[in-house]
Amino acid sequence: MADTGRDLRVEGLTKRFGDFLAVDDLTLTVPQGSFFALLGPSGCGKTTTLRMVAGLDDPTAGRVLIGDEDVTYLRPYKRPVNTVFQSYALFPHLTIFENVAFGLRRRGVKDYKQKTLDMIDLVQLGPYAARKPAQLSGGQQQRVALGRALINEPAVLLLDEPLGALDLKLRRQMQIELKRIQTEIAVTFVHVTHDQEEAMTMADTIAVMNHGVIEQMGAPGDLYENPETTFVANFLGQSNLIRVDVIDTVDQDVVVDCYGQKVGVVASRSHAGGRNAWLGVRPEKVFAEAAGADHRVGSNILTGGRVTDVSFVGVSTQYLVAMPWGQELMVFEQNTGQRPLFRNGDQLDITWSPAHAFLLDADQDARAGVMTPEDDE
Amino acid sequence: MTAGSTTPPAPVGAVVDGGTARRRGWGWLLLVPGMLWLAVFFVFPTIQLFVTSLYDPSGSYEQGYAMTWHFANYLDAVKDTWNLFARSFAYAGIATVVCLLLGYPLAYAIAFKAGAWKYFMLVLVIAPFFTSFLLRTLSWRTILSDQGPVTDFFQTVGVLPDDGRLLATPVAVIAGLIYNFMPFMTLPLYASLDKVDYRLVEAAGDLYSSPFTGFRKVTFPLSLPGVVSGTLLTFIPACGDYINAELLGTPKQYMVGNRIQAAFLTEHNYPLAASLSLILMLVVVLMVVLYVRRAGTEDLI
Ligand SMILES: Nc1ncnc2c1ncn2[C@@H]1O[C@H](COP(=O)(O)OP(=O)(O)OP(=O)(O)O)[C@@H](O)[C@H]1O
Ligand SMILES: [Mg+2]
Repeated sequence: MADTGRDLRVEGLTKRFGDFLAVDDLTLTVPQGSFFALLGPSGCGKTTTLRMVAGLDDPTAGRVLIGDEDVTYLRPYKRPVNTVFQSYALFPHLTIFENVAFGLRRRGVKDYKQKTLDMIDLVQLGPYAARKPAQLSGGQQQRVALGRALINEPAVLLLDEPLGALDLKLRRQMQIELKRIQTEIAVTFVHVTHDQEEAMTMADTIAVMNHGVIEQMGAPGDLYENPETTFVANFLGQSNLIRVDVIDTVDQDVVVDCYGQKVGVVASRSHAGGRNAWLGVRPEKVFAEAAGADHRVGSNILTGGRVTDVSFVGVSTQYLVAMPWGQELMVFEQNTGQRPLFRNGDQLDITWSPAHAFLLDADQDARAGVMTPEDDE
Repeated sequence: MTAGSTTPPAPVGAVVDGGTARRRGWGWLLLVPGMLWLAVFFVFPTIQLFVTSLYDPSGSYEQGYAMTWHFANYLDAVKDTWNLFARSFAYAGIATVVCLLLGYPLAYAIAFKAGAWKYFMLVLVIAPFFTSFLLRTLSWRTILSDQGPVTDFFQTVGVLPDDGRLLATPVAVIAGLIYNFMPFMTLPLYASLDKVDYRLVEAAGDLYSSPFTGFRKVTFPLSLPGVVSGTLLTFIPACGDYINAELLGTPKQYMVGNRIQAAFLTEHNYPLAASLSLILMLVVVLMVVLYVRRAGTEDLI
């Protein structure tokens, strides 16, 4: 299985439902054996993309290739692809054992019994092998769905929110288990989720999808540290986005004017074109200092802040700081015991390194991808 | 979430049990109308039928019958009419099988392929009920008549000899049964096929099943309740039918129903009619029980 040349490639994949463009000209390559996460909010086209890869929907345009083989119009049962469905789609008339054995038996695998039992053990459903799906809890059903697909050791395994129904503890456990299985059998996983933490802990590569297009693709760290769009900046973690004017580029730094104060951004982290831009910086990259205190050299400084809210969350203290132009910025301070603590109403300055900020296109919506409380699980 | 899963479930279960217990107290009231109906229109007539079947057969309509516990009525009935029973079950069996073979693809097409035409096609299935059963069966006499186009066609292609006929043959009677009971087969089949979650069929495809294997392993097993109820709704009434044999056949094609009808309404031989009815009922119930058991406990495939 370790040989190369079974990469999943998707080229210009497009799907229209009537007038509605569900997936728009999607192009990506998933290297064989890698763990790829497709991350995006509800309705952005994740399931539709998977269905086209699985062969359950025909694309309006574009191609799907596994290795060099064009499988765009190959019937689903002829593809080396298996799916863990968002709705589980377990066969209600078959036992757990029969559900898990289904794929092996259709392919006429001789020793399917032992393999099935091993897989049932792997997903920790041993005592339930003789039950019907309706007699299992939601989380148990999801594990059956997982086992039923995994047992076939396909070239590509598609997972459509496979952990969505599990409680937090089981979910973490299954994340580790999934990752372990994936490393062990070296199968390409395409894992759909709208849980950014899940995507970041598990995936080698994340593609952030929104309204049918991929906003940005890359390693979790790169995506988080250097987002290219406001949507990614807000959807992966949280960001402070400040309206700025671009003034000049000095050496490797772009200098911007932030409501009268000058700050710098490393040029490679600038994704803005015009005169205006969004200056972004993650809350945990920002330090709070008492107003007028000695600031570290080389740091960006914004003065004139006032604390409007303090929440102590154990590992960190989270401040809301009102700036002179009226915007409230988030500042997360680690509770190292080395840093000063502030109270509501305290005057302070905030600082961060130019290497931690990023510049985004001013035309984008600063609130794109912001999690509202009801989205959050 | 984590805390919730570690709480012992016992108290939750207790509350739920309490709820069901309270509900059980009133639930039986819902059964009352149905039970009354059954008592008046089923239990009482059946007892009456049983009593009648044991009357002295030497009595008559004019002089009345004496209750003599004459169990020999049953023996006499079977002796005279066993061939009618055999014919009834054979005709009904063939009709049921043909109904299933015709009805299944039809129901499947309506459930999965008809799209916007679904409800229109369902109306077409039910449409025959808009006119009288008798009229429709009578019109089959025209369809199958010796000079009719159907007979002509079969004579031309050589399936029938030139003087062969369709009317007044077993073919006509069975065709009538098939036609008349087709909706009773199609509707339950449609109801259970329509409930089959198409995503399961997709999942079967994803797991290396060709469309045919997917049908065999997923769609068909899930539609079994419809197959069972459809065959029962067709077979049971077809066994007791007499109109089709009466209108499309000759005495040579008569079924048990014709004999019962004659005994009750023409000969006024009530004991014979009653014992025939009860035998028919008993045999059918026995067959149904065996069938349902088999269909219920085994996979049939
Ligand atoms: N068969 C269909 N006909 C019309 N529109 C559809 C169809 N299937 C999906 N859509 C639309 O396409 C869009 C993408 O749907 P999709 O199921 O791919 O979303 P998703 O990213 O998987 O969302 P979720 O996280 O909620 O599962 C949605 O707006 C949906 O309404
Ligand atoms: Mg989805």
